Amino acid sequence: MIEFENVTKAYNSSRTKAVNNVSFHVPEGNTVVLLGPSGCGKTTLLRMVNCLVPITEGTIRVNGKDITSMDPIELRRSIGYVIQSNGLFPNMTIKENIVIVPDLLGWSKKKKHDRYLEMMELIGLDAKHYQKRYPSELSGGQQQRIGIARALAADPPVMLMDEPFGALDPINRTHLQEELLSILRKVKKTILFVSHDIDEAIKMGDKVAIFKEGELMQYDHPSDILTHPNSEFIARFLGNDRALKSLSLYSVRDLIESFDLKPVDVNAEGSRQISLNNNLRDTISTLLNQEASQLVVIDEFNKPLGAITSDRIEAYLHEIIRGSASLQGVEQ
Amino acid sequence: MNISRWVTTIIRFLFIALVIVFFVWAFRNGYFGKIFNQPDKFLLLLKQHLKIVGLSSFIAIVMALLVGILVTRKTFRRIQWPFMFLANLGQTLPSLAVLALAMGYLGLGFKPAVFALFIYSVLPILRNTVAGIDSISNDLIDSAKGMGMKPHQILFRIELPNAAYSIMAGIRTSVVINIGTAALAFLIGAGGLGNWINTGISLVDNSYLLSGAVPLTLLALAVDFLFRLAERIVVPKSLRKSITDAS
Repeated sequence: MIEFENVTKAYNSSRTKAVNNVSFHVPEGNTVVLLGPSGCGKTTLLRMVNCLVPITEGTIRVNGKDITSMDPIELRRSIGYVIQSNGLFPNMTIKENIVIVPDLLGWSKKKKHDRYLEMMELIGLDAKHYQKRYPSELSGGQQQRIGIARALAADPPVMLMDEPFGALDPINRTHLQEELLSILRKVKKTILFVSHDIDEAIKMGDKVAIFKEGELMQYDHPSDILTHPNSEFIARFLGNDRALKSLSLYSVRDLIESFDLKPVDVNAEGSRQISLNNNLRDTISTLLNQEASQLVVIDEFNKPLGAITSDRIEAYLHEIIRGSASLQGVEQ
Repeated sequence: MNISRWVTTIIRFLFIALVIVFFVWAFRNGYFGKIFNQPDKFLLLLKQHLKIVGLSSFIAIVMALLVGILVTRKTFRRIQWPFMFLANLGQTLPSLAVLALAMGYLGLGFKPAVFALFIYSVLPILRNTVAGIDSISNDLIDSAKGMGMKPHQILFRIELPNAAYSIMAGIRTSVVINIGTAALAFLIGAGGLGNWINTGISLVDNSYLLSGAVPLTLLALAVDFLFRLAERIVVPKSLRKSITDAS
């Protein structure tokens, strides 16, 4: 869907290249997270896709078409764009903000209104209540939801998101990440997502591209990057807890495919139930926090299947690193 | 909170009472006599005054807006300083000196007065236009661009509405000051209400003084009020909060 071919960006003022000979391919319907320390060129690369930053060398193709051959105005209108500070227009109402691209495209009043209702439904805000309100009356989390709705309003196949949740507090950030994932399950989009947060990248990305000083260091599935970093830089960047981080990609359901659970000790005090969909990172955290003496895994019908212990998870982790574990994915 | 509100209310009433006392005093002594005895002359002076102010302000608004928009475009940002320098110079010069200089070139009458007042009025509008447009965050412009707005759409739908409060405040300040400064226009033979005020000063005659000065003051207040009303129409609702705070 989006192809980068030997893309380079050089500024006259500096000798080093902001983006250096980057090539990779973003498949349709995937979310690819561009990850890296600040100044690694990830935002520059993102902004090259909608021509906000001109390309020095190389080619970017969106849907098979070279972007330099397209009218930049048309191109931008066909690509959703969300930035960290949400960029909502303070002089326009929420509704005017959301339907701005449909308005630029000349949609009818009726169609714009229907689209507004649809978008508000999607992000779970009351359409009537917010219609005539202004961005300044909203909280940061709500503003960012509107920002996402605005980017989705003209139903663009491709979205560019530049640290969309970077300015939010951790609780709101987690909320919005999950909301975005659930929105993306309803509307299929190809997304380039810039982040400097490894956990966010693992959570949001179908694939993760890690950059260093303008160069693409590794481009892989999150689980592969975490378990098999291809260089010292990636390993250090991901941190020593990368194996632990990778556990968030697997659920209890994945574990019981390879291991049996322990029998439930009926007499144990302080036992707690967890569902099959719980991810293993949360599960082992609960065990390490000693919030419960045993964790009982229950199925969809609340039937106890057995108890899970940290040595089981540890054994599973070894299997992941050896590469024999199968990834089912975690349902949020 | 409550105390300050009380104080404001009391001061407001005292002020209104003072104005009423003043008008009663002035009427009783027949100080507005000139207006009623020479209505033709009064209307002529008022008309001259309005014409000088109206034309010079109109040219100033158009010029300042055009230049202000021009020098905030990316390509022309580099030539912003000479324009700001000229505008600053226009306001730094004493108003009397501007009138004198204008007279030196354009002679006596209406034209040099309009020209001098135009020079004098440009700065507040230009400065506020530039400041208003420059104060818009780059993120806003970036996201407007990223969504596929054309340059003119960014100007008319984002930049000008968001700078409207600042621009309107500049226009209001400029026009109100202009009304006062135009009282000097009689010095170069352009007439206006300054005529009677000056006569009143020379003759130490209250009836000339007040027949000129009071209408002039009321005119300035009325114009200020009208522009505040216009702000309600021009400035988007969400950006108007600061206006109610200020007044």
